[in-house]
Amino acid sequence: MSTSPSVDRQRRNLLIGTAAAGGAAGLAVAVPFVESMQPSERAKAMGAPVEVDISKIAPGERMTLEWQGKPVWVLHRTRAQIEGIAKSDELVVDPGVEQAQQPSSLKGNKLRSEKPEFFVAVGVCTHLGCSPVYQQDQDRFYCPCHGSKFDLAGRVYKGVPAPTNLVVPKYTYLSDSKLLIGTDKKEG
Amino acid sequence: MKSVITVLAALATSLAFSMSARAHGEAQLDHAPINPTDAASLQAGARTFVNNCLNCHSASLVRYNQLKGIGLTEAQIKENLLFTGEKVGDMMKVAASARDQREWFGNAPPDLSVEARVRGVDWLYTYLRRFYRDPSTATGWNNTVFPNVAMPHVLWNLQGMSQARVEVEHGEGHEMKTIVIEPPTGGSMTTAEYDRTIADLVNFMGWMAEPHAIERRNLGFLVLIALSILILLTYLLKAAYWKDVH
Amino acid sequence: MAAADKIVTTTGLLGWVDERFPLTKLFREHMSEYYAPKNFNFFYFFGALSLLVLVNQILTGIFLTMHYKPDAASAFASVEYIMREVNFGWLIRYMHSTGASAFFIVVYLHMFRGLIYGSYRKPRELIWIFGVIIFLMLMGEAFFGYLLPWGQMSFWGAQVIVNLFGAVPFIGPDLSVWIRGDFVVSDATLNRFFAFHVIALPLAICGLVAAHIMALHEVGSNNPDGVEIKKTKDPVTGHPLDGIPFHPYYTVKDLFGVSVFLFVFCAIIFFAPEMGGYFLEANNFIPANPMQTPPHIAPVWYFTPFYSILRAVPPVFESQFPGVACMGLSVMAFFLMPWLDRGAVRSIRYRGAHFKTWLALFVASLFILGYLGTQPTDVWGRFGEGVPLVGGSERATWGARLFSLVYFLYFILMPWYTRWDKTKPEPTRVTG
Repeated sequence: MSTSPSVDRQRRNLLIGTAAAGGAAGLAVAVPFVESMQPSERAKAMGAPVEVDISKIAPGERMTLEWQGKPVWVLHRTRAQIEGIAKSDELVVDPGVEQAQQPSSLKGNKLRSEKPEFFVAVGVCTHLGCSPVYQQDQDRFYCPCHGSKFDLAGRVYKGVPAPTNLVVPKYTYLSDSKLLIGTDKKEG
Repeated sequence: MKSVITVLAALATSLAFSMSARAHGEAQLDHAPINPTDAASLQAGARTFVNNCLNCHSASLVRYNQLKGIGLTEAQIKENLLFTGEKVGDMMKVAASARDQREWFGNAPPDLSVEARVRGVDWLYTYLRRFYRDPSTATGWNNTVFPNVAMPHVLWNLQGMSQARVEVEHGEGHEMKTIVIEPPTGGSMTTAEYDRTIADLVNFMGWMAEPHAIERRNLGFLVLIALSILILLTYLLKAAYWKDVH
Repeated sequence: MAAADKIVTTTGLLGWVDERFPLTKLFREHMSEYYAPKNFNFFYFFGALSLLVLVNQILTGIFLTMHYKPDAASAFASVEYIMREVNFGWLIRYMHSTGASAFFIVVYLHMFRGLIYGSYRKPRELIWIFGVIIFLMLMGEAFFGYLLPWGQMSFWGAQVIVNLFGAVPFIGPDLSVWIRGDFVVSDATLNRFFAFHVIALPLAICGLVAAHIMALHEVGSNNPDGVEIKKTKDPVTGHPLDGIPFHPYYTVKDLFGVSVFLFVFCAIIFFAPEMGGYFLEANNFIPANPMQTPPHIAPVWYFTPFYSILRAVPPVFESQFPGVACMGLSVMAFFLMPWLDRGAVRSIRYRGAHFKTWLALFVASLFILGYLGTQPTDVWGRFGEGVPLVGGSERATWGARLFSLVYFLYFILMPWYTRWDKTKPEPTRVTG
């Protein structure tokens, strides 16, 4: 062992160089492991659009279906419910529907739907991902986990933990009674 | 040390308070008069379950030959409880698939294997005795414990039908609506007989939800006795060593 | 020292081993010649008990993995298969599920002991830090394990906690997808949680426990008087006058503690394994259903104080992050304890009224937050519309905010109230 107080520059530079190269190699080795935890090709392929028949949903009723593993609701709003949405303007955070929580074509649309009667939304609370309950008697969606509330256009109420409106997915009408959820293009 | 004990005592009280607060449910439930060691009651419950519930609900975690645990022999199981073509080693499943059932009923009837642990036996006992006629629902039936339940009253020919009327009480600026259920009429059983049938059924469902519960308690007594002896021995051992620590 | 110079006084088989492995040396260093203060009280059982529960969890866990299937389609049924069809499967499963809650009970009491007797203070900072890391890993271990039965509470609990990471600014949404390995909690999530639960975290916990004990045996144990026993040694033997060898004195004493603990533990396993819904929740007997959240969800009891803090913090600028950050800080704050406490003495026995009051307030808020975390936010009803500022809002939410504040003030104000405290003089020797 060297007992000299002077620094051996050659050793020091090589130590720094080796440490840097070793560190870089270590980081490079971590990449495949970290990446392996990303959604696999199979998980990504699960996002195909789903077709749904909406003719059997009675006015005031909600249908739940599965898309990308998440619940998607189709709510058949009654005339009274559609009119009631305007009344909740004062109670909600985003009355003008400015938040980017729906396809761009619905921005500023207070009912947040292509047709006023049929409201389509991803039934996942924007707080921490629970699925809110449809409280028909109070014309709202209520999240059982942390008490967030949404009106029947999925607009979030003030003073609740959820920060943003419910997400409206892309969807397209194949006919008056058939919806294709997950895309805005008609598929041939 | 003293202050620590005060803190702990205060905490123990608040914990006890929170425990009791949790025990109170919403609807008032009747206490199920059941004895999980009564083999005759469990067997009667098993018959009711297989003949009525198992038509729509599976108990897919239960194997038929596990019913030996309620005192039945394999021959008895085969003779009384099995449908044609089933083996005693089969699970208690309904023939229809969940998808078919969703189409018929709108909702697949839940699997009942562990239902008694989800709801509790008192809830089941009360629920199965509180159906009433309600023309506004799809099935024509409603329930005071489980409002707007999807299941019709399957055992109505035993219990009979209860009619309901809504009493409205006018107070100052508000209305109180109470649903009053009339006693059931037209059933083949008396109220006492029906209650007994349901108690047996619920007793069986409780057994099915945790088949080893009795064995668990019996073994528990032995284990606690053995541990008491161990506590005594280890205490004496500790004292024998610590007598020279001052 | 070269191997040839080793002085081995043992003979026979033990001598043969000692020439090749420091067995007797290790036993002396850590057991028969490790001098521990003779005045340990009730609170000093919980370190050994934590070790016992760790062994229980590992052993029962090994046998559960022989029958459990980490697959979303069969996980729920495989747990019930263990409960019904595996010989004594129900016992092993209840030992594991009750052990999870027991782990937190003994660890919380072990930490409380540290708080009241100042065991985190110089020179024991690293013991404390290793301990807090073990506690964090234990929380992870419990969380990952709770998903495995694949019941409704498992699923939605995991859903909520993983989404918490989505609130981290900028990388949040990608982070939660990365943790789940999917866009929702799914089979991929269950599989990786199983990997974390049965190998990654247990391995790390065992290593940290070893470090925790090595650090303890380096500096020696604290005691209820908070005095250093190493300061007064017998001039002849060189052993601390107030110390006794860990073995046999504390091994036999801990054996007694272990048998009392096992009595309580077994009473729960055999007579109340669900513990009124606190150890096993009723909704977790329903298989996971990603389409429907149960009407009331709450975490298991040991997480509820931290969960209450999360719920109490309102979103700021449409962001959840402040609530998530507060929940994280409520655990991280323990790391700072050794440097926040400026008191002249270690033990509560010689502390003044400030310290005792704040500690009592802290523990009380922990319990109240814990209780509120098990309940819906409207459990105490709402304030009347006429009440200024808070009219119409939920009482329990404001209660949780108040007690979250008390929780944090215990840490934030500690440098001041511990310094201003009128302490009593510490004795030079332990008082028994």
